[in-house]
Amino acid sequence: MYQFLFNLSGSEIIATIFTAAVILVFILLFVLFAVWFERKVSAHMQDRLGPMRVGWHGVLQTIADFVKMLQKEDIIATEADRKLYTIAPVLVFTGSFAAYAAIPFSSKLLGSEVEVGIFYLLAVSSFVVAGILMAGWSSNNKYSLLGAMRSAAQIVSYEIPTALVVLSIVMLTGTLSLEKISQLQTAYFWNWNIFGGPEFSLAKFLLIPFMFVGFLIIYISTLAEVNRTPFDIPEAESELVAGYFTEYCGMKWAMFMLSEYANMFAVSAIVTILFFGGYQSPFGYLGNSIGAEWLVPFEQAFWFIAKGIFFVFVQMWLRWTLPRLRVDQLMTVCWKYLIPYAFLNLIIVGFISLL
Amino acid sequence: MTFYDIIFYLFAAITLISALFVVSTRNIVYSAFYLLFTFFGVAGIYVLLGADFIAVVQIMVYVGGILILLLFGVMLTNKITNVEIRTGTVQLLPAAIGIGIFMGAVVAVMIWTEWKLEPAQIPLTTTKDIGHLLITDYVLIFELLGILLLIALIGAASIARRDQE
Repeated sequence: MYQFLFNLSGSEIIATIFTAAVILVFILLFVLFAVWFERKVSAHMQDRLGPMRVGWHGVLQTIADFVKMLQKEDIIATEADRKLYTIAPVLVFTGSFAAYAAIPFSSKLLGSEVEVGIFYLLAVSSFVVAGILMAGWSSNNKYSLLGAMRSAAQIVSYEIPTALVVLSIVMLTGTLSLEKISQLQTAYFWNWNIFGGPEFSLAKFLLIPFMFVGFLIIYISTLAEVNRTPFDIPEAESELVAGYFTEYCGMKWAMFMLSEYANMFAVSAIVTILFFGGYQSPFGYLGNSIGAEWLVPFEQAFWFIAKGIFFVFVQMWLRWTLPRLRVDQLMTVCWKYLIPYAFLNLIIVGFISLL
Repeated sequence: MTFYDIIFYLFAAITLISALFVVSTRNIVYSAFYLLFTFFGVAGIYVLLGADFIAVVQIMVYVGGILILLLFGVMLTNKITNVEIRTGTVQLLPAAIGIGIFMGAVVAVMIWTEWKLEPAQIPLTTTKDIGHLLITDYVLIFELLGILLLIALIGAASIARRDQE
């Protein structure tokens, strides 16, 4: 994508901006879809219909909501800290958008082939934490501040099991680059890391159970990192009104929502890349078998987005099925269960990959 | 002036201006947030130098760890317990002497270092080399640092638990 645009325009700046714009458009479209989808999923799980009026089965509901949001008055509480209050939503979205820079959507559509890809993804999420703390503090509201504190503590704690599982995959594949990790899991589903990677040997079969454990750990902890139920105590409605964005309204509130849904896809993308083959198709490529090479990148983008949306769907499914954890239970799950298991898993995967 | 020069000056400006605000602003929470931009600017300059691993470590450790801890401390004391933290000017003379000596040392290093004037060959990937160096040449220091961190962790846990018993 970048190379194509570079050849077309002959300018690095234009190519960079356009590649970023494509991904931004993808995020916006995805959020429009995901908000509607979440409402539909929740409705059907509770035996309701959900939005039905705007468009076919309410598909245009989010657009109508967006137009409504634009018309809202932008209220800033008198005692709030104006400057930080305004910057916070932007900072949070910057953090989640920056993560997309390293995610390979297909072998052709990827922002940057940085060698430190997965490490970079883990690092930029800290901007989101800083933004959340900023939002909570500047609102000058007890509930906001408590929500922000809970959120930051949660994200920082759950980063550890995530990083440990990522480390086990890095040991297995020998690279930090997301593009290379995707490339290694060649196009058939039994080559994916969750089934022990592409190399056919005894180690592959020994790895399968530990890969499943790793997948469960990283899925649970990424769920906590994006503040989704059962880990949504930062915005627990029954305790904290709405958590760190209690005081926000209109488009600023919409920015927080945008970044939450963008983060949901980003963590699903990480899980997909690490364990489920990234952009690789599970059954081989149609483009290769009918001799149309140009079709392959599009197929890859399709599979990547399909897998991502599937994991987003599982997140929604969990949200509408499970009750919320208490604060102390949340920390217990992380420090007393996930981290020791993740360490054990890391050591075992290390030994097996030495075989 | 190429594209990269513009980016370099942008990051340099972010770093310097936000660092100036960190020390000059009177609100300590603002100082902490300006520090975020300083760290970000430094990370950007590392990227331009071809040190991508160091840049990411910079963000991970300083923004993700130290800054968040700092914010926790500042916010909890500032808003919840209503302690007014103001940064005033005290001990002018000792501070001036200390900064003078430090400044002199930095300038001396800057003058007497033999800078490489020809453009250096920037390696494409640094991660692998850093890893090799850490477990071969610098393994003792690496292990010692690990032990130091472990001691700090145990110490923190024991201090936090003392009140409960």
